[in-house]
Amino acid sequence: MNNPQQLRYSKEHEWLSGAEDGVSTVGITEHAANALGDVVFVQLPEVGDTVTAGESCGELESTKSVSELYSPVTGEVTAINEDVVEDPSLVNSAPFEGGWLFKVRVAEEPAGLLSADEYTAFSTGEES
Amino acid sequence: MSSTEPTEPRHTALDALHRSLGATMTDFAGWDMPLRYGSERDEHVAVRTRAGLFDLSHMGEITVTGAEAAAFLNFALVGNIASVGVGRARYTMICQADGGILDDLIVYRLADTEYMVVANASNAQVVLDALTERAAGFDAEVRDDRDAYALIAVQGPQSPGILKSLTDADLDGLKYYAGLPGTVAGVPALIARTGYTGEDGFELFVKPEHAVELWQALTKAGEGVGLVPCGLSCRDTLRLEAGMPLYGHELSTSLTPFDAGLDRVVKFEKEGDFVGREALLQAAERAEQNPPRVLVGLIAEGRRVPRAGYAVVAGGEVIGEVTSGAPSPTLGKPIAMAYVDAAHAAPGTAGVGVDIRGSHEPYEVVALPFYKRQK
Repeated sequence: MNNPQQLRYSKEHEWLSGAEDGVSTVGITEHAANALGDVVFVQLPEVGDTVTAGESCGELESTKSVSELYSPVTGEVTAINEDVVEDPSLVNSAPFEGGWLFKVRVAEEPAGLLSADEYTAFSTGEES
Repeated sequence: MSSTEPTEPRHTALDALHRSLGATMTDFAGWDMPLRYGSERDEHVAVRTRAGLFDLSHMGEITVTGAEAAAFLNFALVGNIASVGVGRARYTMICQADGGILDDLIVYRLADTEYMVVANASNAQVVLDALTERAAGFDAEVRDDRDAYALIAVQGPQSPGILKSLTDADLDGLKYYAGLPGTVAGVPALIARTGYTGEDGFELFVKPEHAVELWQALTKAGEGVGLVPCGLSCRDTLRLEAGMPLYGHELSTSLTPFDAGLDRVVKFEKEGDFVGREALLQAAERAEQNPPRVLVGLIAEGRRVPRAGYAVVAGGEVIGEVTSGAPSPTLGKPIAMAYVDAAHAAPGTAGVGVDIRGSHEPYEVVALPFYKRQK
């Protein structure tokens, strides 16, 4: 599984980009997208919402199941990806790019976010 | 499910092949089965428009032989099995004495005194036990043949062409719900024109040691027409679109065939007594006087997917329950099967919704099936 080096990762399988002007982008990993199967519906937080690290802020629905979307950080939502609301399959086809979910002005980052290598080891271990 | 200690999942004869194809595997009724190989939506569309290849070796085959095989099956099951011609198959059910559905079955008549009963994987042992018990006093032998067969299905509009290139069997003469012994790709097989997808297609019962060879021959024969391997995930959305019931969802021991809207499978007029007759007569009468909940189709106006167990609502009241739900690749919208009160069951009934985790999403009531193939 290809996990981009410049991102950080949560154990709930979200990725977080580096902050630009204090704003980071959030998505789910390719590992998570593969495990879900074809994503058919996404419910994202609204712009202006406050999200809390480790707490549910939306849901991802695939053919077979519904999964909670957790926020990897605490902060205020500044944008959501309207493209992915329109076409949820972007989560599967481009989880680290066009399939990003929302942007957040980071107020607080929890300890314990993983590096790409740490996340690769973590997600591989979970698989076996 | 049985209450025995969890054991290692069972593997079909095609297990290594599935893994080499990169299948995502899942536990299904104690078997490690392919859920999907790539995108379940693509697999679904392949079956609707081209062809798909399935490993169904987890299904439970039970052979019934003997001079009184026909009379025995008429006693043990609710259908008129004695009237099935040699080389034909019938959809039927096995019920408890109280009328509750133990399983739905396909019964193939292979010879005058030989039948093959195919049970759902999750119920195979229950059906085997019930048949064995009910055979007492009949000149009939019930044989567990679960390990004797691998089952490969090729389904979709291209499936007759694919199979024709591999067999001399008279496929044109093989009607829907019929089966005959033959040879496919040099492998002895029971060739049945049955399936669970709503498409034309074939189910091939072969010895497990021939499964890999047959799978590879079908893959090669289907190369030019877009055949793809398919998993259980798309099998579920295909059968849902086709309005076919699934045990544990639309069918259970707490429902009689009359509660499930499958009155037609119960043949009171057949010769002799059968298990469940009294209770089913009463169930038929009850259904007549006081219509039970009706199995209907629901089509979402929005995009949220109903799941089994979700409440169907109208005017703030619960009027039913979803039994199966999924996004329909063919309709492009979420669909569901649900049991709803008779008053809300008519197609087009206004104001019906599904409670999706607290939000009442609007749904259209339609008659089943959602999808019917063009013949």
